[in-house]
Amino acid sequence: MIEARGVTKKYGDKSAVSDLTFTVRPGIVTGFLGPNGAGKSTTMRMIVGLDAPTTGTLTVNGKHYAQHPAPLHEVGALLEARAIHTGRTARNHLLALAATTGIGRDRVDALIELVGLSDVADKRVRGFSLGMGQRLGIASALLGDPRTLILDEPVNGLDPEGILWIRNLLRSLAAEGRTVFVSSHLMSEMALTADQVIIIGKGRLLADVPVAQVVAQAAGAYVKVRTPDAAGLRTLLAGPDVTVTTTAPDELQVAGLTSDRIGTIAAEHRIALFELTPVHGSLEQAFMELTRDAVEFRTPGTLEQPLAMSASTGDER
Amino acid sequence: MSPTVQASAGPARSSGAVTLPRTIASEWIKFRTLWSSVLVATVSVVGMIGVGWVGSFFTNADWAHMRPRELARFDPVVTSLNGYTVAELAVGTLGVLLVTGEYSTGMIRATMAAVPARLPVLWAKLIVFTGLTAVLMVPTAFVSFLGGQALLGTHSTSLSAPGVLRVVIATGVYLTIVGVLGVAFGALVRNTAGGIAALFGVLLVLPAIVGVLPSTWQDTIGPYLPANAGQAALSVTPDPAALAPWTGMAVFAAYAVVATGVAAVLLKRRDV
Repeated sequence: MIEARGVTKKYGDKSAVSDLTFTVRPGIVTGFLGPNGAGKSTTMRMIVGLDAPTTGTLTVNGKHYAQHPAPLHEVGALLEARAIHTGRTARNHLLALAATTGIGRDRVDALIELVGLSDVADKRVRGFSLGMGQRLGIASALLGDPRTLILDEPVNGLDPEGILWIRNLLRSLAAEGRTVFVSSHLMSEMALTADQVIIIGKGRLLADVPVAQVVAQAAGAYVKVRTPDAAGLRTLLAGPDVTVTTTAPDELQVAGLTSDRIGTIAAEHRIALFELTPVHGSLEQAFMELTRDAVEFRTPGTLEQPLAMSASTGDER
Repeated sequence: MSPTVQASAGPARSSGAVTLPRTIASEWIKFRTLWSSVLVATVSVVGMIGVGWVGSFFTNADWAHMRPRELARFDPVVTSLNGYTVAELAVGTLGVLLVTGEYSTGMIRATMAAVPARLPVLWAKLIVFTGLTAVLMVPTAFVSFLGGQALLGTHSTSLSAPGVLRVVIATGVYLTIVGVLGVAFGALVRNTAGGIAALFGVLLVLPAIVGVLPSTWQDTIGPYLPANAGQAALSVTPDPAALAPWTGMAVFAAYAVVATGVAAVLLKRRDV
């Protein structure tokens, strides 16, 4: 459980984070979403006590992070890809961190195995790919078998297999009852991984909603129907809250009815269907809908720009 | 790789709290697992002994060709311990790197997340590094001296001569304190180039700057400059213008304590 209460962080007179209040609950994956520079990394750094909030409080499992006698058992953090001395081997890096909390070599060896770094564990981190660095970061985060995990952009730099691996890992960790808090600037990634999303922009909370809600908003935008009797079907489908658009002589776009319902109506009236496709809106678009009210977030000219403003490695502070 | 994973691989719970001894253990692992720190530590030992021995050998070999002025300045203790300047650069740099290496790589975030009280990390680094430099540098001073005397032949002196034992031990102590200053400056500046520049600016450049001031100022300030104070103990016949040997060393140590104190306060207050 992570609780933020009125957290503000100022660097000079610029606010990186403004009056942020949210709760990250155990047992689910909570996404932390926002464009690069929105304040995600700053917030995560504050949770683990690297940065001090200017005002407000952040607690993990009821206490400030630094007040836990064995922080690695409480919180595992992957903050920015490389918090690793590149001159050290992966195993020695983990052993050094483990030593602070009296965690043994067995655990280190097991984690190296778990994250799939056995072959390179005794090589210096300097030569690691971004993906290998991320895996080592994940192993560091899991060292103390923590109840809470905080991961900043964990899929950055991973190949598709690695992304799938992270997704499954996060879901299984949440299923074990842990608190999993993971940041991303990609709504599409969060839709696949998270149960809840906390969305921030320019350091302010924009939304704290179940992912299902965002997905529902995006899903069933309309259903594409191809039928030789477009005119006939169009009449049958008409109703309140239903919009039917004819896009071609044999093609309709239907909003406000599910594909199941359209298929059933067509069958009842013995109208042949050549195609019946629910068309999903973009998640990024749905995200924009959700955050439309947050005026601060919008800047002239970027109104309809998708959330994924930059897919580069975001080093935000 | 199997997509099914469990975070609970291997025993992790049987450990308990973060303590200073555990932080020291961690810092010791960090120190010995970096090729660069092992290399620089080796340079400090080999460099100091090498310069002392080579200098002693050639002094003895060229004795007949030495100019009167050189002969007048000749001191067998100084000749055999001259390499301490090499060790000073190596140990000071290593002390700075011990801290700034973590900042430049980002490791510091992992370190401070594991030990969020932060100060134990500074104490552990100091304990590990001070212990290591003392254990390396005091014996190195003895080896450098004893080997140097053997190579100086008839021009040598011995540990039992007045003040000699003090100089040999003080050389090791001086280098150890340089290491402490290095760690403190590294923690203050948090940047390798800046930390090294600040450290050697204070140790090497500051005396030169004071050297251009009027002589009354020099006499007043000079002896209390960190390097001058520490080096007061490094000559057999005490310089009347300098502080008494161990007084000077105490002043030098006091600088290290103050620098460490400021570094500790800032470490606690600044964002990582």
